[in-house]
Amino acid sequence: MTVNRGEGSPLVKRLGNEAESLQGEVYSFTLVQDPPEGFEAQAPYYLALVRVAGGNLITAQLTDVDAGVNIGDRVEMVTRKLTTDGARGIIVYGYKFRPLVK
Amino acid sequence: MKSVAIVGVGMTPVREHWSRSIGELAEEAGRFALEDAGLATADALYVGNAYGATYNQQTQLGSLIAGDLGLAGIESFSCEAGDASGGVALRTGYLAVAAGAVKTVLVLGVEKATDVVGLARNTARSVSLNADYETVNGATLTAMAGLLMRRYMVEHDVELAQFEGFSINAHRNGARNRKAMYRNLLRPGSFGKAPMLAEPVSLFDSAPDADGAAALVLAPADEAVDLAPKPVLVAGSAVATDTLMLQDRRDPLHFAAVQRSAAQALDQAGLAAGDLDLLELHDGYTILTALALEAMGLSERGSGWAWAQADGEQISLGGELPLCTFGGLKSRGNPSGATGVYQAVEATLQLRGEAGDNQVAGAETALAQNLGGLGSTAVTHVLSAIPE
Repeated sequence: MTVNRGEGSPLVKRLGNEAESLQGEVYSFTLVQDPPEGFEAQAPYYLALVRVAGGNLITAQLTDVDAGVNIGDRVEMVTRKLTTDGARGIIVYGYKFRPLVK
Repeated sequence: MKSVAIVGVGMTPVREHWSRSIGELAEEAGRFALEDAGLATADALYVGNAYGATYNQQTQLGSLIAGDLGLAGIESFSCEAGDASGGVALRTGYLAVAAGAVKTVLVLGVEKATDVVGLARNTARSVSLNADYETVNGATLTAMAGLLMRRYMVEHDVELAQFEGFSINAHRNGARNRKAMYRNLLRPGSFGKAPMLAEPVSLFDSAPDADGAAALVLAPADEAVDLAPKPVLVAGSAVATDTLMLQDRRDPLHFAAVQRSAAQALDQAGLAAGDLDLLELHDGYTILTALALEAMGLSERGSGWAWAQADGEQISLGGELPLCTFGGLKSRGNPSGATGVYQAVEATLQLRGEAGDNQVAGAETALAQNLGGLGSTAVTHVLSAIPE
């Protein structure tokens, strides 16, 4: 079995290893009001396509966006809880993007 | 390759069929289609179904439905490509008959969505997205459509209201179709006030999940005239894929799979898109219709929405380019894995002159296009009347 992790993972290939590659700008966004299971507590939440340095697009939620969102907003990747998995409530961590702190 | 014809069609009403099982729905549509073709059986049965595993905890629909139809023993299996499952089942049947591997095929699309309700249905439908990079982040098909539509509106400076004619047209046609799920008319101006699902995609923009089954019988065209009074030729058949994820596309606002499959199917038929008398497009969201029209060359990039202006007058039954003539996904309903077969059945009725109140006068050529995901799979069939 092949496990995608570390430098072999598609996400790392997209991002590279440079710190600035974790930054990007909002290519498009939506406010999800009709979520799937596991995301009801967060709804409504912003989901976005973010164009990161290097030109790739990443699908991720936006977080800490109390002031609203616009296409072209500068954002940076952060680690966040995405959801909890199943009856045992195991926390699933992942990445989201937040407005770039200047 | 043999020429292939459609010699029988059948369908159930599209509804929330709370009291009927997936097998019962399939059996009704399949029986109608075989009766229409004047056949007791077929050599093979190909089933289009998208979400049997997650809606119904049911796979092996080929065996299940062949049994329910009294055809146990024949070649039968299901075909899956998300909401394009019905389209790829038709493609599979076409290939089998064209190759001469079998003589008659029953193509049957079926979906039973109401076994799952509420947020669980969003989860069940999201399996057609990428699990590791989209769904894990809370994405749904509707959310991905919202991302596409927002980008389109900003990049091309288009207002939300400019899409409403697509939905108005769908409901205007669906109101005439007794098999349609939502037969209400949409009042101009109501589109922009509908509850949002994933901004800017609203309830009046998004096609409803539904239950239903549709079926058609394929046979070699040279034998079809002896089987059916009004056989319809499958003049073009093509499937193309784009990346599963929007994020992997160089230009998410270009539907490359639509362009490729439509160009191939039209080329096989010896037709240009502008020659078609009607198009059954995959209007799961209005943005899909706008982008499909652009990819097929019926609009310039960024102007597909223009077909929807004036309440969709140009795309109405009497317009220049009739779209979604029985209500499309939006009004007839979207029984996912059955949708592609409904489209082909509806186009066949048009070409047989049997579309009743939905008839496009003098229709001789039609295109049916079924999409999986956000244009990840595109199935295009061109149908034409066979001159008597």
